Amino acid sequence: MAEKNLQQYWKKNLNYLFILLGVWFLCSYGAGIFFKDALNNFKIGGFKLGFWFAQQGSIYIFIIIIFAYVSLMNKLDQEFDVHED
Amino acid sequence: MDVKMWTYIIVGITFALYIGIAIWTRAGSTKEFYVAGGGVSSLANGMATAADWMSAASFISMAGLISFMGYDGAVYLMGWTGGYVLLALLLAPYLRKFGKFTVPDFIGDRYYSNTARTVAIVCAIIVSFTYVAGQMRGVGVVFSRFLEVSIEMGVVIGMIIVLFYAVLGGMKGITYTQVAQYCVLIVAYMVPAIFISLALTGNVFPQIGFGSTLNDGSGVYLLDKLDTLNTDLGFAAYTDGTKSVIDVFAITFALMVGTAGLPHVIVRFFTVPKVKDARTSAGYALIFIAILYTTAPAIAAFARTNLINTVSNKPYNEMPEWFRKWEQTKLIKFEDKNGDGIIQYVKDKEANELTVDNDIMVLANPEIANLPNWVIALVAAGGLAAALSTAAGLLLVISTSISHDLIKKQLNPNISEKGELLYARLAAAGAVVVAGYFGINPPGFVAAVVALAFGLAAASFFPAIIMGIFYKRMNKEGAVSGMIVGMLFMLYYMLKYKFGMFDGGKEAVEGLKDGWWFGISPEGFGTVAMVANFVVALIVSRFTPAPPESVQHIVEDIRIPRGAGTAHAH
Repeated sequence: MAEKNLQQYWKKNLNYLFILLGVWFLCSYGAGIFFKDALNNFKIGGFKLGFWFAQQGSIYIFIIIIFAYVSLMNKLDQEFDVHED
Repeated sequence: MDVKMWTYIIVGITFALYIGIAIWTRAGSTKEFYVAGGGVSSLANGMATAADWMSAASFISMAGLISFMGYDGAVYLMGWTGGYVLLALLLAPYLRKFGKFTVPDFIGDRYYSNTARTVAIVCAIIVSFTYVAGQMRGVGVVFSRFLEVSIEMGVVIGMIIVLFYAVLGGMKGITYTQVAQYCVLIVAYMVPAIFISLALTGNVFPQIGFGSTLNDGSGVYLLDKLDTLNTDLGFAAYTDGTKSVIDVFAITFALMVGTAGLPHVIVRFFTVPKVKDARTSAGYALIFIAILYTTAPAIAAFARTNLINTVSNKPYNEMPEWFRKWEQTKLIKFEDKNGDGIIQYVKDKEANELTVDNDIMVLANPEIANLPNWVIALVAAGGLAAALSTAAGLLLVISTSISHDLIKKQLNPNISEKGELLYARLAAAGAVVVAGYFGINPPGFVAAVVALAFGLAAASFFPAIIMGIFYKRMNKEGAVSGMIVGMLFMLYYMLKYKFGMFDGGKEAVEGLKDGWWFGISPEGFGTVAMVANFVVALIVSRFTPAPPESVQHIVEDIRIPRGAGTAHAH
């Protein structure tokens, strides 16, 4: 693959990583730890929101992040013709 | 049928299953032994990774810990799941493309240096041994409680089973046994949780149940009730916790990064056929792990409510049977300090009369909730599955480090395939015996060293691998000095603040808390040590020569998926 293409592919990949890891950080460290007390003023069902993020929500979001990355990268691999077989 | 009979039957069936799988999948080549031939489907690998990862600590201890820690328990829940995001996004696909057998393989080749390889081998072995001792101990505890054999006998039985399928089948045997073990452990975890959720809240999903109202007609939310129960007894509100924000942050981060740097987890991603599968497989692994990890905080809240309701301010001689049974194991202790025959369970150490060990929360839960005997037996089988699957994965890392990274790559590169396989089996057998020894004679610091294992993985492997992939200019001088500084830094802090080694031993530890740097506990210090590793590596690499052209090509090559092929030795 041409040098330039490779650079573009890598740059896009880094972009995805930056955004997705941003979400990763915000939902766990943001909502679950740093802003927990503020979020605890809201409730969903019997859960205080900050507490829910810390003990439930962030785990669900982690799963979504991984599968979002899987699907983005599968498309990107095709687009730049670097996919396997 | 009584519990003991049920336990013999269910544990017997599961063990027969594991051995059957081992015979069916025995390894014929080093490639099968190290990476299961590189042909494991991403779903099966996800399940095996989940079992590999979830140890006796996850299964037996975690819910109990959370139950006592309340909100603070989130450090384990987020810390031990969030690492999979890092694995899927930053590590697994590239290491799979690299296509070797082990983590020291990657470090040694990427940093073109046997010094780097050796440092990595030392880290891998320390991390894995500290971890495996805890697993063998867990096997012993389950055996002794449910089958009434001695802990020593339990450890020996566990050793024989692991020896059988790890030595015979290597990674291939371990992978398919782990798939079976995952099924056993998750059923064993979920069945009592669902029963108890139904009983307390009427909701079949524990994850939703613990945010619902109580079933007793009061219309009060379970968590609100729990906050009140806790504060009435002088404890912090359940949803608040007591740790400082910075410490919660540091511990969570260290556990996440440590998870992503643990060699026995990373090596699982060498077993799938393609780069694409490595990404997907991390996702599947996290789903399988999340089923248990989202249930654990529910069990914790249920167990805390049940415990306080059952024992607090109740007469001692009206306690149910399970209370006395666990009293015999000394995991529940009651001391009637004011002699009124009533159990005072409060925060204040002087007045408190009851101590409850974390570990019984999951194991005793079915009895507390009056569930049928077969459920209790199932929990025993689940605990064993969790401990054995993790032990096997760790033993494989140890044996591979010795036969492949040390003997094949350094001491005797001309060794035949057959000879290498023999060494791998011998090393696995040797490692089982050492692990068993530590299981029977646990060094008093098992719990502490597990935290150390994470800290070390965070402080050594994680930065070296990340920079190896994302920073082409990183050279061997930088990586090696980073790993050594990170590791020593972590060890120093741990010895000083966890063992009190420089200030007169264990008794001094409590008093040293004020000296914690930035208020960060030894459990969370992996975060700081990791940063130190990055900083040192970056500075040193600036003043030393760039890596050779060929290495820069390796880096370019691992960044694109095409051409991964199967894992290969050369």
